[in-house]
Amino acid sequence: MGKAFTKPEALADAHTHYCPGCTHGVIHRLVAEVIDELGIRGRTVGIAPVGCAVLAYNYFTFDFQEAAHGRAPAMATGIKRVRPDLMVFTYQGDGDLASIGMGEIIHAANRGEKFTTIFVNNAVYGMTGGQMAPTTMPGQRTTTSPAGRNVEEAGMPIQMAELLATLQTPGYVTRQTVIKPRYITRAKKAIKKAFEYQVAGKCFSFVEVVSTCPTNWGMTPLEAVKWSEETLLAYYKLGEYKTPEQEA
Amino acid sequence: MQHEVMFAGFGGQGILMIGKILAHAAMEAGREVAWIPSYGPEMRGGTAYCQVVVSDRPIGSPIIKSPRHLVAMNRPSLEKFANAVKPGGVILINSSLCPDRSGRTDVDELAAPVTDLAKELGSVRAANIVALGAFVARSGIVDFELIREAVKEEFAQKAKLIPLEMKALDAGRAEAGKKQRT
Amino acid sequence: MGKKVLMKGNEAIGEAAIRAGCLNYFAYPITPQSEVAEYLAKRMPEVGGVFVQGESEVAVGYMLFGASAAGARVFTTSSSPGVSLMSEAISYIAGAQCPCVFVNIIRGGPGLGGILPSQGDYFQSVKGGGHGDYRMLVMAPASVQEAVEMMMVAFPLAEKYRGPIMILGDGLIGQMMEPVEFPDDLATDPSDKDDWATNGMENRKSGSRNLVKSLYLDPEQLNDHNLLLKSKYDQMKKEEIRYEAYNTDGDYVSLIVSYGTMSRVCKTAIDNLKEEGVEVGMIRPQTLFPFPDAAIRDAAVKPGCKTVVSIEMSMGQMVEDVERCVQGRRPVGWYGKCGGDVPTPEEIMQVIKEGI
Ligand SMILES: Cc1ncc(C[n+]2csc(CCOP(=O)(O)OP(=O)(O)O)c2C)c(N)n1
Ligand code: SF4
Repeated sequence: MGKAFTKPEALADAHTHYCPGCTHGVIHRLVAEVIDELGIRGRTVGIAPVGCAVLAYNYFTFDFQEAAHGRAPAMATGIKRVRPDLMVFTYQGDGDLASIGMGEIIHAANRGEKFTTIFVNNAVYGMTGGQMAPTTMPGQRTTTSPAGRNVEEAGMPIQMAELLATLQTPGYVTRQTVIKPRYITRAKKAIKKAFEYQVAGKCFSFVEVVSTCPTNWGMTPLEAVKWSEETLLAYYKLGEYKTPEQEA
Repeated sequence: MQHEVMFAGFGGQGILMIGKILAHAAMEAGREVAWIPSYGPEMRGGTAYCQVVVSDRPIGSPIIKSPRHLVAMNRPSLEKFANAVKPGGVILINSSLCPDRSGRTDVDELAAPVTDLAKELGSVRAANIVALGAFVARSGIVDFELIREAVKEEFAQKAKLIPLEMKALDAGRAEAGKKQRT
Repeated sequence: MGKKVLMKGNEAIGEAAIRAGCLNYFAYPITPQSEVAEYLAKRMPEVGGVFVQGESEVAVGYMLFGASAAGARVFTTSSSPGVSLMSEAISYIAGAQCPCVFVNIIRGGPGLGGILPSQGDYFQSVKGGGHGDYRMLVMAPASVQEAVEMMMVAFPLAEKYRGPIMILGDGLIGQMMEPVEFPDDLATDPSDKDDWATNGMENRKSGSRNLVKSLYLDPEQLNDHNLLLKSKYDQMKKEEIRYEAYNTDGDYVSLIVSYGTMSRVCKTAIDNLKEEGVEVGMIRPQTLFPFPDAAIRDAAVKPGCKTVVSIEMSMGQMVEDVERCVQGRRPVGWYGKCGGDVPTPEEIMQVIKEGI
């Protein structure tokens, strides 16, 4: 007992602003636990996105920078190039990373920048009130796809893990989820592995985490978990898409 | 004469909607109106409030620091805004969710259990309309018939609900008439 | 005129574009103007128009550029950080002379700033957010009705001057609901663009090709090109200045210059001061470029007027233009706030009284 409830040192003792049933909080916790376990808190710099996690710096107890919308991987590149000893991660939503920030993430991954990206995919723009994201599912209703995502005009949802795995530069790319306890252990292992690659100075590492946004999906937290499991996980398949060893 | 009304409560209580209905009714009465929401990343079940300004003249500043009236749908709203209300205004308190009172003696305070009344009518979601009925009846800010029409128009897409909302308005009005002015 | 309806500024702006004859909208969500996109996502399909959510404001700027160069009426809406990203495209659009309408519902800056109302993008819009020698006709509405009317005249004006036009509102104009009417007489047909637009050679009488571009490597040509642009800006200064004068018929001790939402608060302050026996006049620029230089100068130097104050929801941007107009003939002060809290009439009354 006790241990399960202790708060990681890397996590602040603060109430988050996230909605009930939102998975941002769980993901924060996993990142904090990994940072504690690796003992890197004192040399870690997080980069907050523009999205619901923009206030993430209030929930962690180490250095943080705040990026412009989508630009976190470029900022991370800047840090890593001048201070390779710092442990750097970006924490980005799907609008931030897969829409406005698509250029930055692809090029950072392709240059093999040695930082870690935690990519929170909730299939919608959370912070701005539920507009369509590049990851929104076909037919999914959002405030800017009121009749459901029309793939004729908006295309199919982008599978970021698969896309980044096609790059020839070595890297670590995985997709996880935290929507149910049984997925959480695996997700944490993956996040740890991602940071370990960075500690070893090995490669770019990318963990996509399939998440929920009950508020903008118009669902209760329980319905959101069900929908996420049935619909999102059917399209966003969990697993490791690429490891640096693979190409070596 | 200018009236400013602050509607405040939890997100999801239909606060913005009743403000809009009042503004709509006042517009139909030929008055100048402005409806100003609180907006922000507070779509997360936090507080929601909006202000409605109703005037006989073009509305200057749409931002009002001390409104004439307050409709407080929960406790935090009363705490936050009660002292800002101008003397002589109406303070409506949803007593189902807020045991407190404003402590003001220079206003017309009306404590109405609007959430409970809505539950009795069969839908807790109609609490906002009960409150609107009570507030309009008490303040006389617009003709009650115009509010009725504005509610009907607001629910035009969900016509099934109109009979319930009409009962909710009347329940509010009855409640406003019951309580003695203090 | 149609029937009066109660509408949120953002939605009214979207509807006004449609009524004005613009059925092409590209945008990227950002608070406090996402309702325009949400409204048009529903409305454009109903009227057979185009709605595209771009992948970024950078992309949206060029979607407008391309569509406009192909001869279509286009517009977008955004808020400050998004407009920064569009500024590159705005410079190209100005250089290539394409009519496009941009709406900026300003929020507080710099950087991510906040999402509440601000007028901090005055310099960006009026002095040029992008590179090069260009100007934009900038209109600043003070009510939802005025936003509608400015939207509707923006399209023919953009076509008249073949360039970018901006409607500069603030978070309050976007979020507030007021009664509006859509004046039918402001609806216009798109102008004939055959002499410049790349709308398909075979569709043109001339049969010759058109080219849309901003590159002029020859210094003389580039200078001539800029002279041509300048002649348009000079023409705007002659023909497009709009402003409202408030309480300036009689004598006043102080002159306020204020625009947009801020000017409404100033009006209330002026009315209240009148009741206290203090007369204050106001010039409210409705176009920020071209700026009502002469009106402000004349109002400032009126006998009896002792001071001029620029009241803005920024740290003092328009005041530099006001100083330029007044030319040192009266002391010019500034008052403002830019965190999102709009100054109250009481604050303004205080400022005026202290100034005189
Ligand atoms: C340049 C720019 N454009 C738009 C915005 C508005 N904006 C803030 S957050 C956001 C999207 C957030 O969605 P996502 O990245 O999916 O994260 P979530 O909120 O769902 O966690 C947008 C468009 C901005 N801040 N800056
Ligand atoms: S809006 Fe969605 S993503 Fe944002 S905190 Fe709420 S549930 Fe989470």
